[in-house]
Amino acid sequence: MAEHNVTGQTIIVQELPFKDVPEKKDLLQEDHRSKQFADMDRVIRLYAGERGQLIRILQKAQEIFGYLPEEVQAYIAEKLEIPVSEVNGVVTFYSLFATEPKGKYTLSVCMGTACYVKGAQALMDALKEELKIDEGETTPDGVFTIKSTRCVGACGLAPILMANEDVYGKASPGEIKKIIQTCRKGESVDHKKH
Amino acid sequence: MIIKSIEDLKRVKEKYEPLIKQRLGHRNGLGLTQIMVCSGTACHSSESQEVRLQLEQELARRGLEEQTRVIKTGCFGFCQYGPIVMVHPGGIFYCQVRPGDVRELVEKHLIGGQVLERLLYHNDSTGKRTPTIEDIHFFQAQRRIVLRNCGVINPEEIGEYIARDGYFALADVILHRKREEVIEMIKKSGLRGRGGAGFPTGRKWELTAAQDIQPKYVVCNADEGDPGAFMDRSILEGDPHSVLEAMTIAGYCIGANQGFIYVRAEYPIAVERLEIAIEQARAAGLLGKGLFGTDFDFDLSLRFGAGAFVCGEETALLHSIMGQRGEPRPRPPYPAQEGLWGKPTLINNVETFANVTVILREGWEWYQGQGTSTSKGSKVFSLAGKINNTGLIEVPMGTTLRTIIFDIGGGIPGGRQFKAVQTGGPSGGCIPAKYLDLPIDYESLKEAGSMMGSGGMIVMDEGDCMVDIARFYLQFSQDESCGRCTPCRVGTKRLLDILTRITEGQGEMEDLEMLEELSYDIRDASLCGLGQTAPNPVLSTLRYFKSEYVAHVRDKRCPAGVCKALLHYTVDEDKCIACGLCAKACAVQAITGAPKQPYRIDPEKCTRCAACVAKCPRQAIQKGTGKDVAVLGGEAGIYAGAGGAENRATL
Amino acid sequence: MEEKLEYTPGPVVRKTGQLYDNPEKEVEKIKFTIDGREVTAVKGMSVLEAARLAGIEIPSLCYLRHINETGSCRVCLVEVEVKGTKTLQASCVYPASEGLVVHTTSPRVRRVRKTMVELLLSDLHRECTTCIRNLNCELQNLADSLGIRNIKYTGEMKNLEVQNENPYIVRDYNKCIKCRRCEAICSKVQEINVYSALYRNYDTIIAPAFGQDLSRVACIACGQCVLACPTGSLVEKECIESVWEALEDPDKFVVVQTAPSIQVTLGEEFGFPVGSVVTGKLVAALQRLGFDRVFATDFTADLTVMEEAHELLERLEGRGKLPLLTSCCPGWVKFAEHFYPEYLENLSTCKSPHEMFGALAKTYFARKEGINPEKIVVVAVMPCTAKKFEAARREMGTGQYKDVDWVLTTRELARMIRQADISFPDLQEEEYDSPMGTSSGAGAIFGSTGGVLEAAVRTAYYLTTGEEADLPDYEELRGFSGLKEAEVFLKGRKLKLAIAHGTGNARVLLERIRAGESFDFVEIMACPGGCVGGGGQPIYGSRERKVVSLDYRHNRADALGRIDASKTLRRAHENPDVLRLYKEFLGQPLGELSRKLLHTSYTPRGKLPVFQFGELKGKQGGQAAENIPQV
Repeated sequence: MAEHNVTGQTIIVQELPFKDVPEKKDLLQEDHRSKQFADMDRVIRLYAGERGQLIRILQKAQEIFGYLPEEVQAYIAEKLEIPVSEVNGVVTFYSLFATEPKGKYTLSVCMGTACYVKGAQALMDALKEELKIDEGETTPDGVFTIKSTRCVGACGLAPILMANEDVYGKASPGEIKKIIQTCRKGESVDHKKH
Repeated sequence: MIIKSIEDLKRVKEKYEPLIKQRLGHRNGLGLTQIMVCSGTACHSSESQEVRLQLEQELARRGLEEQTRVIKTGCFGFCQYGPIVMVHPGGIFYCQVRPGDVRELVEKHLIGGQVLERLLYHNDSTGKRTPTIEDIHFFQAQRRIVLRNCGVINPEEIGEYIARDGYFALADVILHRKREEVIEMIKKSGLRGRGGAGFPTGRKWELTAAQDIQPKYVVCNADEGDPGAFMDRSILEGDPHSVLEAMTIAGYCIGANQGFIYVRAEYPIAVERLEIAIEQARAAGLLGKGLFGTDFDFDLSLRFGAGAFVCGEETALLHSIMGQRGEPRPRPPYPAQEGLWGKPTLINNVETFANVTVILREGWEWYQGQGTSTSKGSKVFSLAGKINNTGLIEVPMGTTLRTIIFDIGGGIPGGRQFKAVQTGGPSGGCIPAKYLDLPIDYESLKEAGSMMGSGGMIVMDEGDCMVDIARFYLQFSQDESCGRCTPCRVGTKRLLDILTRITEGQGEMEDLEMLEELSYDIRDASLCGLGQTAPNPVLSTLRYFKSEYVAHVRDKRCPAGVCKALLHYTVDEDKCIACGLCAKACAVQAITGAPKQPYRIDPEKCTRCAACVAKCPRQAIQKGTGKDVAVLGGEAGIYAGAGGAENRATL
Repeated sequence: MEEKLEYTPGPVVRKTGQLYDNPEKEVEKIKFTIDGREVTAVKGMSVLEAARLAGIEIPSLCYLRHINETGSCRVCLVEVEVKGTKTLQASCVYPASEGLVVHTTSPRVRRVRKTMVELLLSDLHRECTTCIRNLNCELQNLADSLGIRNIKYTGEMKNLEVQNENPYIVRDYNKCIKCRRCEAICSKVQEINVYSALYRNYDTIIAPAFGQDLSRVACIACGQCVLACPTGSLVEKECIESVWEALEDPDKFVVVQTAPSIQVTLGEEFGFPVGSVVTGKLVAALQRLGFDRVFATDFTADLTVMEEAHELLERLEGRGKLPLLTSCCPGWVKFAEHFYPEYLENLSTCKSPHEMFGALAKTYFARKEGINPEKIVVVAVMPCTAKKFEAARREMGTGQYKDVDWVLTTRELARMIRQADISFPDLQEEEYDSPMGTSSGAGAIFGSTGGVLEAAVRTAYYLTTGEEADLPDYEELRGFSGLKEAEVFLKGRKLKLAIAHGTGNARVLLERIRAGESFDFVEIMACPGGCVGGGGQPIYGSRERKVVSLDYRHNRADALGRIDASKTLRRAHENPDVLRLYKEFLGQPLGELSRKLLHTSYTPRGKLPVFQFGELKGKQGGQAAENIPQV
């Protein structure tokens, strides 16, 4: 920060501080990271020719990185030659984009009307209570993220809880514990509740 | 093969027709058994694909794969009873087939030649099980025009679509018709946009065609965002080519060579089917350069929504296709004048497009004869909420709500009382019982304070609090507001603030007046349809359920027993066995008691989490508004919960 | 009063989607009715524009003519009758058409308009009395004219952190009404694209990428967003208190310098018509405030001309890169550092005039007056927020002293004058002190687009030919088209000159240069119109002057032209005090001491926000641009 000094004696004025660069991570992680960016480059090459494919590119980026860190947004902006403010504006506008890392399991409760009138709120409350986190948050151990989601269109099964891609139809708050345990055991959540 | 002429189409049709005919009930001695497995999202979610895979394995194991074919198909609409499996010949309709049922099904039906009774639809009123679709009430009052192919064809096989006369309309249009002629037919048919506002489709085509600017674009709005609506998804999943064909026809008519389908990324199956369909159409020469040997080119590309309801608004959708924030802009200029990249753009929704081919095939005169004086044709609705037969239905315009809800939908579960039906999603309103005999079309719904919207219908019963429902919708609209214009960004927030206050027992009588005034101002002043219609759920519930608002505000009670802050839990001393489980379950130590003494709940400490209710072995803990429990005594049950005991416990 | 408020040509905006500014399109006149009066307009014009032309005022908030026409705030709603149905439409975007019937003050309009403003206010903390824009705020005015007495809507209110990490602009999100005028001017006029709407619904903010402070993104500090802001959400970072402290300190010798354009804009703050020259009163006010010396930056502007003209000649002789790009505008310099680092070698190495002034004040002036430079505090009154950034640059110091200690904007000076209860209009005119107060007309025109180049060419001409150039020939260099070109013959050699103002136009020019077009000397000013349109200049929003326009620049520039014309000294090389400065102290232009005190260097900055890319490639220092992972 420019250090203003009334005495006029201040001599060299410091430029604004930039965030410190964090310590170098181990090489393995770095390798993984450059592979991700290589994938990203392929995606950009694939879509850059078409107009208006920013959203698709961001979706693919989220598949690659799991979420959209600031540096990735900036990277895409640079490559597509569009302002980074615009990219960030798009990312924060659409609810499917995440700017924070998600847990291993995303537990989402459908908050469509059909699910709501059939008790989705109770389901959500139970989930929050059980995991002691709020909507949109991730447990400290990085295993679970809770989300409310828009109507998935399977209203016949309302209320719906999803663990990643797996659908639990006609779910009840009582079953929450069981579902969480299944995930915790590291099993894929393949058995579906009906 | 590349299809260049009507003869080519006919050849394809001939090849696939026998299969289709059998599915439509012909016993044509095909020597083949076809097993149709519903692969729509709802059935998919309840493991229909697992059923399909196991069927294939089981058939292979038994050496039946030669004479039996397992086929994916689109939504039958009977989602409540999914996964659905239908076996031809015979049209035997199996409901709720689990992977574990596959072996028995194969043994009994395919080897034994007998119907597997226990998987047939059970009619609760007659107590009988019925083997075919024709016997199921749900299907009897419907007329499937748009959904004609759903459940009949394999959406991943273009040949089957052609066998159902698909792409013949396109061929006819390109080879034999003038643009104006086709547009005139659409106009005369009376088709109106199925996306919500009901703008005459032919007029839209005409306006776009009249623009003297190139290039032009055709856009299909498949951003079905209304919570509880899944018509468009089912069409895309069950009959994607009908949309492709209609978009190509539209392209021909308005002079566009490029189309975009803007589809929700939350619909992975629909996306996959569309991708397959586009690929197949390109391979068959039905998309791409020089269609049917003419110099007309048309191609399609998919664009994906990323979770923004407002992108269903046409100008927001355009911004989103161009990779920007999905914010609406003022009209004029209309998309027909300045759309994608400033060029004339025709935007229709999925169901609208799906109607186009039917009109051209059957003739506008026929189509014009369907429906009411202002609204022609049929409408697809998705039925959900407190209704027995959740699912997808198609009825002629002008069908009454009663027919839809009580006849087709099978009424309200658990013998509970119908309270309202919500149509039009967050833009619509709640229609009370007195309008049950209203023949529905665009105008009548609007008069009743709601709107057609895209066709979601959520049925509510006595356990639903209308103030809470209004709050729910406002929460949705506010969350989905793009944030551009003042009334929607701040106004819906203030509406939500007021409604939240009311449901939390902090409301004042003046709030009701303010709700209404603010609602009208937001409706008047908002930039786009989302904001203009966002107050509808408030206005319609205020109009029909004002007493419920008053109960919340003046009496501080929620008659439906939904609003937590207004509930009181009490222990029924007669039932209490003083086991103490409730006190242990209570996280805030609001329950006290001693052995052999009835337990008590301290209303000051109670957070209404209902954990105690779930734990009580004797259902001794009751919910109600304080004084009402005392006054109403045994009647307290009216105010309890939203369904079964379990739900009641948690609400 | 010759105020041409609203309908002088706006900045050059490359606009799409609107038909009515297309000169090739035939103009079709239409007639329609507003409040029962028949009005004539050009087809395609908005109802609002047509109404204002006809003298009918419709209140507006987010509207900024040709820059932000989005219909977002809904304050300009009017009732429009089409085929018997009356709807409310945003007049700023609704096209006027033949036979249209418009009501601007029907009960429905008034009620809804009031609700809109109430809703906006319900979202704000309403700290009017302590706000920089108090009594000069468009929102405050609206609330006043609509007679809002009570905000009935209450509920959640945001309380966001005020961002003021940087020394030039403060962003208070709690005063933002999301009109997006900042976003529009930054992206459409300046084409810097600092701002975007982030998030949606009630959470929407208009912010730099990732909601960072302006210092962490590629912002050039030009302050156009501050001019565009209707409320106090974007304001300059004040340093008034520090200047008062220096003035009150008996140990300090406080020297003030005023930029050329201040003398033609300060008057506006005190009710003078736009384009009034108030030089004498400005000097008097500064003396009354207690500054020990009152000097003019015009003096060092003349000096800059001398240095830059020599630099031009040097480069024309093959020493250094062409085209020579002017460097007196710190916003433009920062723009080049962010977006066109490959042209940094083309930039003149001359410091901007106020920095030269500072350097000399603490050396030449200190020695001459026998004052310990430690005691000297240099205050610069500038039309500019970027000058605040410039003064804080680490290059802008000589030896152990910072060249300029404090930069006040025109607005801040006006506030100081008000704080001291000085009745500005009643002041007796005074003259600048000597020796750093003498200036030629060349120095004055620095404040307007084209001026720097004109002044330098006048002097270069003299230096090569020994003759004075025919002054009127350079008229074409001033004026307000965004991009201008001219040719002059210098000793038989044809010089290609170009001028751009507004960084959007600068971009066009630089792209042409990048594509191979050759120029010899190019002047670029970051703000549309040059310093007269600077981000530190007066803002209108008071009750008396609520017609919002950024188009005061012509009148201000004309006034600078009048100053130039009225001077007996017209050319920098005629300034006797400048000549004496060389003789007594500096030696010669581009001499050793000149280079040390008056010249500087530049740093590429990258155009992306600053992040930790270190995760990717290990530790990396340096600028953001180098930090982009190369995968």
